[in-house]
Amino acid sequence: MSPYTVIIGLEVHVQLATESKLFCGCSTAFGAAPNTQICPVCLGMPGALPVMNRKAFELSLRTAAAINCQIARFTKWDRKQYYYPDLPKGYQISQYDLPFSHDGWLEISDPKGKFEPKRVGIIRAHLEEDAGKSMHDERAGLADSQIDLNRTGTPLLEIVSQPDMRSPAEAKAFLSELKLLLTYLGVSDCNMQEGSLRVDGNINLHIDTPGGKVATPIVEIKNMNSFRAVERALAYEAERLYEVWQETGQKLGDVPKQTRGWDDAANVTRGQRHKEESSDYRYFPDPDLVPVTVTDAVVEQVLASLGEMPVALRTRLETEFGLSAYDSDVLVNQGRALVDYFLHVATATGDGKLASNWLQQDVLRMLNERNWDIAAFPVTAPALAVLLKKVQAGELITSRAREVLQAMIDTGRSADEVMREKGIEQVDETELVALCQELVAANPKVAEDFKAGKMQAIGSLVGQAKKKNPNVNPGRVRELLIEALGKL
Amino acid sequence: MSLTELSAAELLQRLRSGEVSATDAAKACLDRIEQVNDRVNAIVRVDRAKVLEDAGKVDQKRAAGQPVGALAGLPVVVKDLLCTQGEPTTCGSRMLRDFSPPYDATAVAKLRSADGVILGKANLDEFAMGGSTESSIFGPTRNPWDTSRVAGGSSGGSAAAVAASLAPLAIGTDTGGSIRQPAGLCGITGLKPTYGRISRYGLIAFASSLDQIGPMAHSAEDCALLLEVLAGHDPRDATSVDRPVPQYRESLITPLKGLKLGVVKDHFGAGLDEEVAAAVERAIDVYRSLGAEIRDVALPHGRYGVATYYVIAPCEASSNLARYEGVHYGYRTDEGQLLAELDAERKQLLAAGDKRAAENLDTALVRMYRKSRSEGFGPEVKRRIMLGTYALSAGYYDAYYVKALKVRRLIRQDFDRAFEQVDLIVGPVTPSTAFKIGEKTNDPLAMYREDLYTVTANLAGIAGIAFPCGQSKAGLPIGVQLQSPPFQEETLLRAAHQFQMATDWHKRRPALEK
Amino acid sequence: MSLTRQDVEKVALLARLRLSTNELDALTEQLSKVVGYVEQLGELDTEGVAPMAHAVEVTNVFRDDAVQPSLPREQALASAPHHDDACFLVPAVLGD
Repeated sequence: MSPYTVIIGLEVHVQLATESKLFCGCSTAFGAAPNTQICPVCLGMPGALPVMNRKAFELSLRTAAAINCQIARFTKWDRKQYYYPDLPKGYQISQYDLPFSHDGWLEISDPKGKFEPKRVGIIRAHLEEDAGKSMHDERAGLADSQIDLNRTGTPLLEIVSQPDMRSPAEAKAFLSELKLLLTYLGVSDCNMQEGSLRVDGNINLHIDTPGGKVATPIVEIKNMNSFRAVERALAYEAERLYEVWQETGQKLGDVPKQTRGWDDAANVTRGQRHKEESSDYRYFPDPDLVPVTVTDAVVEQVLASLGEMPVALRTRLETEFGLSAYDSDVLVNQGRALVDYFLHVATATGDGKLASNWLQQDVLRMLNERNWDIAAFPVTAPALAVLLKKVQAGELITSRAREVLQAMIDTGRSADEVMREKGIEQVDETELVALCQELVAANPKVAEDFKAGKMQAIGSLVGQAKKKNPNVNPGRVRELLIEALGKL
Repeated sequence: MSLTELSAAELLQRLRSGEVSATDAAKACLDRIEQVNDRVNAIVRVDRAKVLEDAGKVDQKRAAGQPVGALAGLPVVVKDLLCTQGEPTTCGSRMLRDFSPPYDATAVAKLRSADGVILGKANLDEFAMGGSTESSIFGPTRNPWDTSRVAGGSSGGSAAAVAASLAPLAIGTDTGGSIRQPAGLCGITGLKPTYGRISRYGLIAFASSLDQIGPMAHSAEDCALLLEVLAGHDPRDATSVDRPVPQYRESLITPLKGLKLGVVKDHFGAGLDEEVAAAVERAIDVYRSLGAEIRDVALPHGRYGVATYYVIAPCEASSNLARYEGVHYGYRTDEGQLLAELDAERKQLLAAGDKRAAENLDTALVRMYRKSRSEGFGPEVKRRIMLGTYALSAGYYDAYYVKALKVRRLIRQDFDRAFEQVDLIVGPVTPSTAFKIGEKTNDPLAMYREDLYTVTANLAGIAGIAFPCGQSKAGLPIGVQLQSPPFQEETLLRAAHQFQMATDWHKRRPALEK
Repeated sequence: MSLTRQDVEKVALLARLRLSTNELDALTEQLSKVVGYVEQLGELDTEGVAPMAHAVEVTNVFRDDAVQPSLPREQALASAPHHDDACFLVPAVLGD
């Protein structure tokens, strides 16, 4: 039993999937040469003015509705003021006291049962502009840093959770579920490598002491560049916080909130140096932008257009198709396109478990091997359904069907075409009976063994039948052989 | 009569009839600038070749029988706070001395597409912060009526350019009175339109929720002509209002009979110069004679206008001017010197054993910002940045900024109530006539009180116009101000025009010749 | 209320200004005067009054999500006091 409880809250920044920036027409495409996607507006040139991107606000509303947030009927934009060379106006356009959404939740669970399913509260989600990038090549020993403003002004949704997570595993599950949801909504590509999803964590401990529960100071952790890093950084920090508490006895409020950066290579968090000057962002309403009002009708419309979210989809796969919680989780976590693929195959074959098994064992394995997504998979859902129906009808045994599927993947042909090419066809029943009689007659030793009760003797005859005609169904051959031997 | 003494409407008539070419008009103005600008310092930059080229293009268009714009061939001076593509736009500041924006302000683009000829950029208080046009890096603008006195500000260059007959039309900006006050002090007509009437895109921001571009000229008729060109919705300015632009000139001749004109008693109390008060009273009599009905109205929160303004405007300014830090454009301090300075300070602190102070020394980047800004901005700009930063900082925000926003609402409500009773409000523009250059530079509060009669229109977002209604014994112009509800520029211009039909103050010109 | 020199120094750092001793002295006095003047707003009862941040009561102004051409890079960098072929340059920003 751990002597403490870990308290974790997360702040997630998500770049929204718009074509143009939040306040100007510059492209948001990733990877362009430095400073080729900037204009007077995002460069903060004198006299240039921001005008809000409608799509960015719509995507924000969709997201907030999907994480069960209250949508504000009146919202405004504020200036958050600080100096940094990647922030050309000297302020970031953000939202302060009246964010467009607040008080939502996201449900997380673990099919492996590492924690109980729970709702993680969302304090708020607000829309703001991203900053640029500053780059410093220390090895080159340059005196200057380079500033690239391509990213400046990209629409960014900041989602702040309640400190409701009690373990790094829960934090990871929250992020996975959020990312999945955002992907289902199509509001972001959530690519952490490209920075379209970024996470900061707030963590402290509630320690059981003889004198009661004690809360440690809160630490903010930055630079976590993958979900794995988030889990490891939080786990590391929990232990470090406990050690610090044992050494110093510092409680919440004794020291200012610390910011630490995760060093993935060294596997440690490191304190980030701060000046004595405390941050004073001097927020005030941006006079260049007007407020936005949202009507009840718009909120209803957004809610109605959300579609089926992952949580609902998992439940449907379990109740309608009889999948286990584990299986539904695996499929739903692959994204909507794969689920649609599954739904088609499962409906066409009328067997959800069969469809799920083939998807997990064959299709997903292939996707991973070739690094494809389902859209690139050469066998369409209807084509796979045709193949599986043949298995269901006993026209093909599973191992043979796998062979056929592999050929379908490699050649892009249908099951029937592949079977024809490989000479796989169903053998006529009379032909099969004749073959079995012939084999029984030609192998008197086997007949004797059979009579003596050695059932396994039939195996060699089945093998011979397959050699003579590879298309025979071994099960049926076995049945016919028993029948023929019995008649002797 | 010289071409430069004509009003814009008169000159336009001659341009249309072919009696005068755009090149003739441009040359006359350029020559006049050469003769007298060094005495008033109204215009800070003229590109003679470019002006003649632009004028020539308008003449070619006319000669070729192509359609021409509403201002075809009229020379216009533009306050050096509006962006002109590829040409220096300095705000009168060392910070932007070498800055040429890669875009035109919407108002400038509209001037060009109406075939106006941009004659040059006009002087101003640095970043439009001031009421005397003394704080520009180009030196003070002088009042054409008495060159020992200020022209007012911050659009002092634009006002003096018109008054000195350097150009028939000018564009100014008004954040707390910056069009109306210099118009009043220089004896010309200046209109601050309703907030949102003219796009602010490309207007270099001082206080974004108060700034508004407006026309300055000899007469209301000329202002109407220019406003028709400048007004209108702009998708690049979210605060520009999408409503039709009236043909302001068409209604100018409608008589004023039955117009209800409000007078605010408080405006004639202590602090108002007697000569100014008398001239404004006489202007009110003129209106009475024109059939207007004069009524008393109250604006009980008006006396809080200056205090409210000097919270809101510096707060917004401190934010708007944060972008000038010597990274992306504008002035940057000498870096070699900066690094040497930091190094010396660190050594000194360490030698004195103050390790903590040495550690907390500015980083090179922070010091670069601080030095660039301190060297790039003048004293009044720094004063306002400091004031705004203070008022927005933790612990003061509610007491100053939010409080001021609430009083701003009360001021607006006063106007709403008053305009239920009257069509326009009439009163003084400034407490006195033009003061001496240098007289108020060391007393910011005295300078701020100059805005007493004008700031409330900006706070409320309503329109106001100033025009000459008399002269002091010393021969200095005295202005009168009319204010209207939002988007009633038509009524404002009509009332000013009718006054100008009945009087000749707007036709008087200073004797600048030596 | 009057400001102390320390207040003014703190504000100067927030505003990224570096003031000389003379400027500090002058500003401490001038800002105190202006702040004192502004404090007359405290006389007014503004309970229940909605703050007015904008001069026009317009809402919901949007643009379509359409890509427009950006500035050519040379032009975007042209006004910068210090730049290389691709980027704006500033004195080293270490860490992040």
